[in-house]
Order: sequence, then structure tokens, then C-alpha cells
Amino acid sequence: MKYVVLVGAALAALAAALLVGPANLPLAELPGSAIVWQLRLPRAVLAFLVGGALGVAGTSLQALVRNPLADPFLLGLSGGAGLGAVAAIALHLPGPWALPLAAFVGAVGAMALVYRLGLVGGAELDPRILLLGGVAVGALAGAITTAIVSLAEATELRNAFLWLWGGFSGASWTTVLVMLAYAPLPLGVLVAAARPLDLLALGEEPAQYLGADVPRLKRIVYLAASLLTAAAVAVAGVIGFVGLVVPHVCRLLWGRLHRTLLPTAFLTGGILLAAADTLARTVVAPRELPVGIVTALVGVPVFAFLLRRWTVS
Amino acid sequence: MDRELILALRGVTCRYPDAPRDSLAGVSLEVRGGEFHAVLGPNGSGKTTLVRAALGLVRPVAGEVEIVGRPGQGWSRRELARVVGVLPQREDNLFPQRVRETVLLGRYPHLSLLGGVAAVDRAAVDRALVACDAADLADRWLWTLSGGEYQRVRLARALAQEPRLLVLDEPTASLDLRHEMELFELVRTQVDAHGLGVLMITHHVNLAARFADRVLLLSEGRPAGAGAPGDVLTRDTAERVFGWPVSIGPFEGRPQMIPLRLRKESP
Repeated sequence: MKYVVLVGAALAALAAALLVGPANLPLAELPGSAIVWQLRLPRAVLAFLVGGALGVAGTSLQALVRNPLADPFLLGLSGGAGLGAVAAIALHLPGPWALPLAAFVGAVGAMALVYRLGLVGGAELDPRILLLGGVAVGALAGAITTAIVSLAEATELRNAFLWLWGGFSGASWTTVLVMLAYAPLPLGVLVAAARPLDLLALGEEPAQYLGADVPRLKRIVYLAASLLTAAAVAVAGVIGFVGLVVPHVCRLLWGRLHRTLLPTAFLTGGILLAAADTLARTVVAPRELPVGIVTALVGVPVFAFLLRRWTVS
Repeated sequence: MDRELILALRGVTCRYPDAPRDSLAGVSLEVRGGEFHAVLGPNGSGKTTLVRAALGLVRPVAGEVEIVGRPGQGWSRRELARVVGVLPQREDNLFPQRVRETVLLGRYPHLSLLGGVAAVDRAAVDRALVACDAADLADRWLWTLSGGEYQRVRLARALAQEPRLLVLDEPTASLDLRHEMELFELVRTQVDAHGLGVLMITHHVNLAARFADRVLLLSEGRPAGAGAPGDVLTRDTAERVFGWPVSIGPFEGRPQMIPLRLRKESP
């Protein structure tokens, strides 16, 4: 039942993204329009994929670090990606792929650093140190990013700033294909870890007694969720709140078992981001808002409402 | 019927990194099916380390562990969870959950990666709930349970694993008298009726003496006595291990220990 509703909502969000836009196309012209096929459709699909990826990454990371405030970007990935992107802009790296690749490299670099920090206590990842390390690495990358930006020229600064808040104006079928080729592996790994993630909510020792190989689980979930986020941030910039709010919404509506939670988080994240992007490119047309601003404007009140419901019950 | 050896520890010694002494030194233990084994000892005597070593969470520096005839290291966590059900001392409840969902977690080691929850799994959950007198609680939220109900539900989860050995780490700490007795009776029933092996860590010397077939008394990581309760729980040994004067007398054929006041009241 929930899947029927969610798939219906997903189709509705995608249809809205195709129908609405600054170029006011009559309905009859839509099927043959290049604007629909070359701009709106790939953009909507990319927004959906990125939203889904962030929803799943956020859900798994919250279970991994056992902290409901965890978010795909909390572990320093946004800082690393931002540093990579700003460095690419400042260095005038040429080509359409320079920026996403540099952002990806930055995110993976931050991930590797945080992962290494998480191992300081021994052979096992310590989720608490992952969190602290993520914040520290994020702060370091942020400082370097600000240093670069403060020395940059005005137009570069604006580009960097806009990129940091996320957006899909660069979407194309090529980026969609890259995401489609890349995302299934980490998504599959996380879905396969669904039941052990349920057990992890009890604590590491009880989870082991119920059959979860916890040290291995922590490693693969951290790596898969981070690689998924790194790809999302590379193609779309830093889009906050999807990865934080979507898991909580899904848990509230459909329970906390990850076998249900992960697929519903994918669909809900996709719906949310596809809709947010439609808003982002229409409310101030012909200009665009960074989509991260829309998700924050929508996400914060929703989150506040949820927190209230939680504390009341 | 020959009782099958489920868990064997032989001369197991454990030491945590940077610890001044061994947490466990040369401890041996055998738990068979249909046998209730209690581990007693003061705080810090190595009881929980014993469980962790037996179940592969702490690697012994010496000695060996064998579970159903196979070396401890040869078990994957998933395989082990099908043979041994554990009630750890502490666990978290990060997200709200209902009783039936919690008990279903005990079936996870039996579920295949792609398969769903089958009729056999639901039947095992129902049986476990009934066995623990928790069938009425099935649809309750976990946070609404009393301490005694919560422990029964956790026991049901361990039984849903359909284990051959049940390991309980202080399962009755902070329970009132009735709930404590109920839990001990429940565990004893599982041992007698279904041939389960039980290894229970507890601070309740007297209940251990009455319910257990064998006790192991630990003192600073070393075995201070092992065997039938009547043989192990003598006044000398108990006073030495617990560091307090006691009196021990029989009740229904089992030793019962009463700690003494330091100063005799004046007549």
C-alpha cells in the first residue's frame, strides 16, 4: 500500500517537474518539446536520484552512528566536496566534468581522512570518533575553502557560493547516466545490510549476539553511504536536510525496520528533491534559487513539527 | 540420555589492553544440554568477561573455547546466534518499537538475505512469547513495559532464536521479588522441559544455589570453586570471595547464605 502511494507521488512529482517551468509551453507541445526531453526530464530524474541517494545515505548513517541527528554531510563530506569544487573553480580547471570530479575527489579525500580517524582506537571503527572526526575534518576543509574564496575574484566567488548551496542547472542525460551507473552498487550494499542495521540499534554487543558481524557492518555501511553521498554532492552540490529529515519522516510513517525504511527513504527523498527543484527553478523565474535553500526552507518547519510531535507522544 | 556438551572453556585467560592483571585467569567450564549453570562472584571478578570470551567478543590470550565441538573462532556471528541466545546486561532502544517486532529480531539469524519472514518464523515468535508469558504484551510499545515485563520480552527474543544454549547476564538485576522468581522459574522450565543449556551470571547467590545444577565462583578472575552448589558454597569460600562474614545453612537441600552484621546487637 505504502509503495503504491509513494510510487504515485513520485510519478506526480516527476510529471509536475515536466509540466512546470519558466518557458510556458502549451500542453499540446510538451511531448515533442526539446525543452522537456533535453532539459526538464533529465533534470527531474537527476534530482530524484540524488534525493533518493541522500535519503538512503542519511538513513544508514543515522543507524550506523546511532545518532538521530546524523546527516550524510555531517561526516565531513560536504566540506571536502566544497573544497574540491572551490579549488577547481579557483584553478580555472577546464571542461564540464572538472567541477564534479574535483568535488568527488574532495569528498572521497575527506571520507578517507575521517575513516582513518575512526580507526585510531584500534582495528574497529568507533562511531563516536567518526562523528567528531567528521566535524573536525569539515571545519578544516571549510577553513581552507574560505581562504581560497576570500582570495578569489567576484564572479568565481559567486559561482562557488551557488555551487555550495546545490542545484541541478547543469543536469543532462550524461549526468543521469553517470548516476544510474554508479548508485546501484552502494544502494544495493546498504539494502543488503538492512537487517543487521536493525540489530545495530540495540547496541554493538547485543547486535553481535543476534548474528550481526558488527565490525564489518560498520565498515561497509560507512563506505557505501559515503560513496553515495560523494556522488550526490559531485553532481548536485551540497543539499542539506534531505538526508536528515527524510529518514525521520519515513520512520514515523512506516516504522523503523530498514527493509522498509531504506526503499521508502529512497522514494521519499526522490519525491522531496524533485519537487524542491521544481520550486527552485520556478518561484523566481527566469532566475533560479539554489535547491539547498528550498530544502532548508521546507525542511526546517517540517522537522520542527516532527520534533514537536515526538516530544508530545 | 547422554547430555550433549554445548559450551566448553578450557583454561581460558583474558587480558584487556593496559589492564594491570588478567581479567580471567585459567577458567574452565562445561555447559551441557539440560543443565543450569550459574556464575557467581563479586563485581569485577570477570563474570562478564567470561561470557564475552565464551562468545568470541574477547579473544583469550591462553586456553581454548569450544562450542558444540567446534573451536570458538570457527563460528560466524550468524551461525553462533542460531545456537546461542544471549540476554546482555544492557542494550539501547534507539527508536520506538513494539514487542512483537523486538522478538522478531531473534529470528534474524535464521532469515536469508533475500527471503522474508516466513510462517515458521512467526510461529517461533508466538511460541517464544507464550513460553515467556508475554503473549498479551505482543502489541504493546516497548517503552510502556515494566522492568519485569521487559526482561520477559528480551528472554522471548532469545528463545525465538531457538538456541541450544541460553546465556543471561544478570537478568534479574533491579527486578522485584515476584518478577525475579518468575524469571528464574521460567529459565528452569526451559532447561527441564526443552533440554536447553543455561549459563547465567547473577549476584543472587541464594537463588543460584536453589535453581542451578552447577555453580562457578569467580574471584579476581580466578575460579574459587566449581561444582554442585552444596560443594562450592561453603562458609570459608564464600567469606573469602565476597569479603564479608556470612552464615550458611541448608534449605530444601540447597545452601542458603545470610550475610552477618559486623557488630552483634547487645542482648
